[in-house]
Amino acid sequence: MTESTNRDTPEQAEFRQHCREWLTTNVPALPDFKPVNSGAEVATDEHLAYYIAWQKSAYDAGLVGCDYPSEYGGGGRTRCQSVANQEMLRAETPIFPGIIGLGMAAPTIFFHGSEDLKKRLLPKLLRGDELWCQGFSEPGAGSDLASVQTFAERKADNKWVINGHKVWTSTAQFATWMILLARNDKSDKYNGLTYFVVPIKSELGKSVTVRPLIKITGETGFNEEIFEGLVVDDSYRLDDVGKGWTVAMTTLAHERGAGPLTTPTSGGQGKSDAKEKQPGSDTNEFPLLKLAKNCARNGKPAIDDQVIRDKVMDMMIRQVGIKQNRRLRSVAGLADRQRLTLQDKLLGTEYLQDAAALALEIAGAGGTLSQFDVDAPDGGKWPQAYLSSFGGTIAAGTSEIQRNILGERILGLDKSK
Amino acid sequence: MTANTQTQQPKDFGFNADEQALTDVANKFFQDNLPTQKLHSLVAHDSDLANGTAAHWDRALWQQIVDLGWLMIGIPERSGGLGMSAVAVATLLEQAGRAALPGPLLPTLNVGFILDACRNENADAALSLICEGKTFSYASCDQFGSWEHATSPLTLIDGKLNGVVHFVCDAQKVDYFLVNAKQGDDVTLMIVPADSEGLSIEPNAIIDLTRDQARLRFDQTPIPEQQIVTAPGKATVALQLATPALLVTISADMCGAAEWQLQTTTEYARTRQQFDRTLGFFQAVKHPLVDFMIAIDIARSHLYNAACAIDYEPDSAEQYARMAKAAASDTAAFGSKKSVQLHGGIGFTWECFVHIYLKRQLYSQVFLGDAVHHRAKLAELLLNKN
Repeated sequence: MTESTNRDTPEQAEFRQHCREWLTTNVPALPDFKPVNSGAEVATDEHLAYYIAWQKSAYDAGLVGCDYPSEYGGGGRTRCQSVANQEMLRAETPIFPGIIGLGMAAPTIFFHGSEDLKKRLLPKLLRGDELWCQGFSEPGAGSDLASVQTFAERKADNKWVINGHKVWTSTAQFATWMILLARNDKSDKYNGLTYFVVPIKSELGKSVTVRPLIKITGETGFNEEIFEGLVVDDSYRLDDVGKGWTVAMTTLAHERGAGPLTTPTSGGQGKSDAKEKQPGSDTNEFPLLKLAKNCARNGKPAIDDQVIRDKVMDMMIRQVGIKQNRRLRSVAGLADRQRLTLQDKLLGTEYLQDAAALALEIAGAGGTLSQFDVDAPDGGKWPQAYLSSFGGTIAAGTSEIQRNILGERILGLDKSK
Repeated sequence: MTANTQTQQPKDFGFNADEQALTDVANKFFQDNLPTQKLHSLVAHDSDLANGTAAHWDRALWQQIVDLGWLMIGIPERSGGLGMSAVAVATLLEQAGRAALPGPLLPTLNVGFILDACRNENADAALSLICEGKTFSYASCDQFGSWEHATSPLTLIDGKLNGVVHFVCDAQKVDYFLVNAKQGDDVTLMIVPADSEGLSIEPNAIIDLTRDQARLRFDQTPIPEQQIVTAPGKATVALQLATPALLVTISADMCGAAEWQLQTTTEYARTRQQFDRTLGFFQAVKHPLVDFMIAIDIARSHLYNAACAIDYEPDSAEQYARMAKAAASDTAAFGSKKSVQLHGGIGFTWECFVHIYLKRQLYSQVFLGDAVHHRAKLAELLLNKN
């Protein structure tokens, strides 16, 4: 924290002071329910009300959208969002529910939307008055995003008629708006795409249907949407007709944290409380080592089995390696920053998956028990973690796509398509 | 990581202007003086493995390395050295590994770390020999390669050294050995000139073309008191203190060699065409190269974390160094295999350069213990702590 404080510009320093003062008295009390870790996990109306109230309050205090111009509802500051994010994390604030809006829709609208759209949409988005969702993937367009088939047909009176099917859409059940990548020309894969902002909530039960998709874990959390003749005005189009792919790249760059605008983020709620609740316990002990001490194999602790022991150490070495990799990448003389940064998603998600799989192996028969069984080791978190881990290795560019990106951008190998 | 470690390491690994300057100088030195073509003609001109006992190196090049002061970079200033950080030593050896340098740089630096840990007048005198440009290799292995548990097959009785010690790296190149021998129930360290009476150096025939290795047979070799560098009962502690550095130097060499393997194989995948495409177009080629790159970067992250721990967080240095060697060994095994395989038919030939690095890595993988060994030792460390 001191490190970042020392490098503050005068504007950032003053703003940091403001954030700290405001956060001293304005962080909401813990909710009655178990806090969620991300906007994508917001599931009930009760969750929604609590987190929306927080986003509004943080917005009104100037902590959300700090770097957007004031005419679009922003703070009109320079590089201050990262300061607000640091201070909110430090203050252990609740998460923001409007993650798709803040992280993806806002920068896309800002860089590609008309003046009118920016003025109409951005203030409500930043304040959390309106939530957003992202309509990119389709049943037939996953990794090959440019093959989307949802069709936007241009009509004579400046209207577009949209038909199609979008999937894997987080927070669509609460969303007022969607950013939508649609096809306007079937003869040209990349130049036949156009990007829109479309109303969802006001069209429900009419030309738009939102249905929950049940995840591999049995939980809901994302959705599919069917468009049957949704009519939108041409003014809802971002950038030119046929430029949808370029606009989508802006969205994806920000999704990966690689865009020019810093996404407002908040979180860490209840962190220090959780630590205090377990006095004396070694919270830093590597969880798989602890599990292997507690689970038995052939009548002895699993950690006494040399094969299990070797695998646990291997996994621990990976975990420390990932942490050190993040440290190494900021040392210019020792590392190529881009080479290491682009690995981060792949490293993190595959580690979580492999660590959970190893936990199941350590748990043996106990690994078959879900979190709803009283006998489950570690409360059944490992089967859940393993199943959830595929969200990480599939979403936002599968591991296979990540390897293509690394091979092409860093190693300079020819594109695999 | 686990348990006690509130890390006190600087976030940037203590990689400062001195370390940067050393990296740049070393990188340029090896590029100018030991390009792969030259390395190949130096060490691979003879393809008859029966001649694997030979020690191929360029003595003129070696003298330049000595003159650059690289043997003494890690030796403290109070002992006449340059007193640079373990991170500096790591970055130098990474460059040397990338060039697959034949010459006793790593063995001499290792002995420097052990002698420094001895904290003894005779050890300091030995350190000044290194500062004068003399070279050393550490001898402690039994015939199974064990080196950590006072398993030395040598005995020192009444000032006479006897027995056979195995797997001594670069034995035909060095001026002195640092020898680990049993003395009663204890272990003692001593320096022994290579031309000592009663010492025969019996070269092994080895696969690695960039190193040599030998058994040392001692027959009543006299060891005068001033050659003994540890006070009674202090050798084990000194060896434990130096162990992280020994693992860091070999890990650094391996990371450097691995980067050469990655870049060379990637370059081939960018240019070689099959099915009207470059090899790199195919994901069966592209993805393993990416996995190799990631493994290298993780191994390097461990390397600099371990080196920095030696400089700033000595209590954690052993566990981090064992992690580093395990990561480096696994990375080398995976990457070496891919570097040959992805070259296809040409990779199977003597004329292709990749076999030189494959063989160097095979040697390094087991040098001072392989990945499985270090994971087992790491587990002991962590489990005994609680």
